[in-house]
Amino acid sequence: MLISRRGVLAISAGFAGLAMLPISVQAQDAAAAPTQTADEMIAEFTGGAEVAEGDGVKLTAPEIAENGNTVPISVEAPGASEILLIATENPTPGVAKFIFGPLAASQAAATRIRLAKTQDVVAVAKLADGSFVRTAANVKVTIGGCGG
Amino acid sequence: MAENVKPRVRVPKTASKDEVITIKTLISHPMESGQRKDKDGKVIPRSIINRFTAEFNGQLVLDTTLEPAISTNPYLEFDAKVPETGEFKFTWYDDDGSVYEDAHKVEVS
Repeated sequence: MLISRRGVLAISAGFAGLAMLPISVQAQDAAAAPTQTADEMIAEFTGGAEVAEGDGVKLTAPEIAENGNTVPISVEAPGASEILLIATENPTPGVAKFIFGPLAASQAAATRIRLAKTQDVVAVAKLADGSFVRTAANVKVTIGGCGG
Repeated sequence: MAENVKPRVRVPKTASKDEVITIKTLISHPMESGQRKDKDGKVIPRSIINRFTAEFNGQLVLDTTLEPAISTNPYLEFDAKVPETGEFKFTWYDDDGSVYEDAHKVEVS
């Protein structure tokens, strides 16, 4: 029997497809777990209110993070009552939510976070008048966190 | 689950009235994200500190919800003002139900 080049390609493509199948099924299972997307988390935080871009909230993050397991970030929003931090491309996008009490001297906090890969980190602040502002910072990650 | 959990907090011992003081907190904790797998390919279950609160004489300074994206040994830095002599109380809440506490007195002159 003569096997044509085209035939071989078609067969190997078929095998590749079969091999991929279980993986894609697993991926769907993982997606079915109750993990909110970044947009859903922001919507829940704001209650569907409009979010202005820019002034009022400041996010300080390194441009390049060599180690995604500990990325130092700080966030500041003068007069805000709450700040929500989100890593858009992490397997679970939520990072932290800060609620400031009456004895907080400034509406600012610094911590260290994990980033799975290069992505935007988003901060949404609820200001004293009830409006929302957001800002984003892109962080390039050399070695991703979150294990694997 | 989480062993050797030890909170460490840095707070100045004295302050003047309404002075802004910076508080640094760190608690040794693995913050297992629930994403990693062991060598048999099984997912290691999530085990993190999911909430941290700081209070001064019963008044709230900061209430933080922490997610798995917070690094191992969660570190937090924030500012507080002290209106009078009193005590800071810091509380960490673990996924397994444990609660870790630390307290620091501040003298206002």
